[in-house]
Amino acid sequence: MILNDEQKAMLNGDLGEGAAYAMKIQFALGEAFDAQRMVPIKRAHVALSNQDGDLWFAEKLVKAGAHCKVAPTVNPGFCTGHFTGACGHPADAEDIAHMIRTDNAYRALGAVLSYNCTPYIATNVPNFGEVCAFSESSATPYVNSVWGARSNRESANSALCAAITGYVPEYGLLLDENRKGDILVRVEADMKTPYEYHLLGMMGDKIGEGIPVFTGLPHTISAEALRNLGAQLNTSGAYGMYHIVGCTPEAPTVEVALGGKKPKYEVVITNEDLQNVEATFSDKRDNDKVDFAMFGCPHFTLEEAQHIAEGVKGKKLAIPMYILVSSHALQMAQRMGIADVLAEAGAEIIADSCPDQPCWHYLKGKVGITESPKCAYYPRRRGIHFIIRDLDTCIQAALTGEVK
Amino acid sequence: MSKRYSCHKISEGKAQAEAIKTHDRIMFYQVRPEDGVMEEKDHELVGRSIAQKVLLFPGGKGSSVVQQDGLYHLDRFHNMPAALIVQDPDPVLVAGAIIMEIPMVDRLPQEFYDAVKDGDQILVNADEGYVEVL
Repeated sequence: MILNDEQKAMLNGDLGEGAAYAMKIQFALGEAFDAQRMVPIKRAHVALSNQDGDLWFAEKLVKAGAHCKVAPTVNPGFCTGHFTGACGHPADAEDIAHMIRTDNAYRALGAVLSYNCTPYIATNVPNFGEVCAFSESSATPYVNSVWGARSNRESANSALCAAITGYVPEYGLLLDENRKGDILVRVEADMKTPYEYHLLGMMGDKIGEGIPVFTGLPHTISAEALRNLGAQLNTSGAYGMYHIVGCTPEAPTVEVALGGKKPKYEVVITNEDLQNVEATFSDKRDNDKVDFAMFGCPHFTLEEAQHIAEGVKGKKLAIPMYILVSSHALQMAQRMGIADVLAEAGAEIIADSCPDQPCWHYLKGKVGITESPKCAYYPRRRGIHFIIRDLDTCIQAALTGEVK
Repeated sequence: MSKRYSCHKISEGKAQAEAIKTHDRIMFYQVRPEDGVMEEKDHELVGRSIAQKVLLFPGGKGSSVVQQDGLYHLDRFHNMPAALIVQDPDPVLVAGAIIMEIPMVDRLPQEFYDAVKDGDQILVNADEGYVEVL
């Protein structure tokens, strides 16, 4: 890989030890993927995880004096404000101290402290063709597929390095020839709500490795549905990009989406496939009871919070309900009175947080209900289990305490 | 009688250890830090330890933090694999290996995969671009 003078100076340490460390990692990454050069980025999103490895790396960069040239948005940790006070289930002091250290490290690095996993919907939206470095499983496919921007499937660490150096090695999805689909996925299932896109995304084993080109989907698809599709494709497999013929910008026709070539194979997805996903990824329980409901993996939009509020207005929930959103959506919900309706029913709407965070320690051993397979997948290692159903069934279950 | 195969460097360094092979993708989050044992149910390596071994696997899977964080936890107990040999590297896995300083290589011939068995002593020299079955 050939570097320009600024990149060489960075690598040599002339621009500080922190920039040199970040550049060293990116240089190795570029060499591993046979990149010829590095190109500037306009945007980055770091999948901050608030876990030990993440904090270790962020603090190592802070200690080396690193500072972001391109301020990245960051993923949720957990909201220390919410989990220290009124919620009745305070987080452990050790976990709060860890979250504060994470916050301090990213503040020192110059990140945008957005704590939101759906930056591509409101706060960090790239233009068509823009080169960026987006980590976070639902974010990378969204910016590539829906916005037509260009990002590799960065790790949280490599995206942070890119934010620091302002460059990424040019390989993979940054190049025209690697953005063409190679698997044709004919969807014959009924795609009625964003929930079916969650289930479709969980078909990674059947779809296989590559860039899927979906046909049979509507030409207008909601942001929530596209968010769900990308999130679950990267729960069931590893996808940087997909195409939806007649919907996403690089797929006006099947031929264009496939780059004029034949797909390496075709896959058909039926209603039965989607029903199997729901059954396979739900945890089993010997009765119909659920202990709580959780939504917002990835973060729910204002419209989804509003939909829940309409469903529970004037009623009382039988079990706790947690709705995870961005701070922006929370503020709008408060301004518009949606948060009050939810609170009266007994639901909590919470910003900055994520199901895979230690603040939910008090749910260990319980079985919740959610519409997101990803929400069910990661907290399992923390001893929290989930039944998966469509959103309206989840809302009914929260009102009665039972899954119908 | 040892046999040498050329390969492509992903993450620098060299290491010699026993081989362990799998056809399944790996998420280091699912490996127990205390002893390096694979905990993912239905994984070909479930119940077996990858600690201090040369790990031959197709590639990674999972979200954008799972590899480096998983390896970091293994490292705290000195249970990271000694070296990684992959077929389909992705940026999340590659960045994890580089940051945690584990030698990693790819582009080995099929002949190599056919020859290696679990327990064989393997030398991975990423810096000089070869792997040797000892």
